Amino acid sequence: MNDFINGPLPLWAEILTALFAVLGAAFAAIGSFGLVRLPTFFSRIHAPTLGATLGVWCITLATIVYFSVQGFSLFLHAALIALFVALTAPVTTIFLMRAALFRERQKGGAVPPG
Amino acid sequence: MTPILFWALKLALLLLAVAMLCALARLLIGPTAQDRVMGLDCLYINGMLMMLVLGIVYASNVYFEAAMLIALFGFVGSTAIAKFLLRGEVIE
Repeated sequence: MNDFINGPLPLWAEILTALFAVLGAAFAAIGSFGLVRLPTFFSRIHAPTLGATLGVWCITLATIVYFSVQGFSLFLHAALIALFVALTAPVTTIFLMRAALFRERQKGGAVPPG
Repeated sequence: MTPILFWALKLALLLLAVAMLCALARLLIGPTAQDRVMGLDCLYINGMLMMLVLGIVYASNVYFEAAMLIALFGFVGSTAIAKFLLRGEVIE
């Protein structure tokens, strides 16, 4: 017996992988579509976080299910990526938000005073 | 690979490609500099997700390292540009 499955996986694993992959990709697409559609910067910055949280977690779950079933052991490398994105995305967003507020104030825009 | 998973992965890749095009549009037309940085941020996250899906398509572990590196360098790049917009310098 091999130490990995070479060929089709059990049906439940394939359905679960397909579900999570499509769900995560749909979340990422909705978030990016909001990035194009929303009117101002301060509303636009909310949209891509949908892809950075739910999108990344769903596709990570799909990867974990697929490779765990394929290799007969728990495969958690992909969770490392989701954890890393969960740690770094808020940092980038806060930096960007502060930069946008700073630049808006310098231009005399209608934002709350610092 | 059964047809269910095959077509689901094709659909996921298509949706991620549309997402990357949306982010690219914001990167190109964004009125201000911070809009462009946000578009780049979204673009690299979508590219990383596409790498993960491609890893399932080819049933290969090699794509994880690529996804990890994209996440790492994307974070460093976005933070550096945001810091530059905030202070006019990257390292003070």
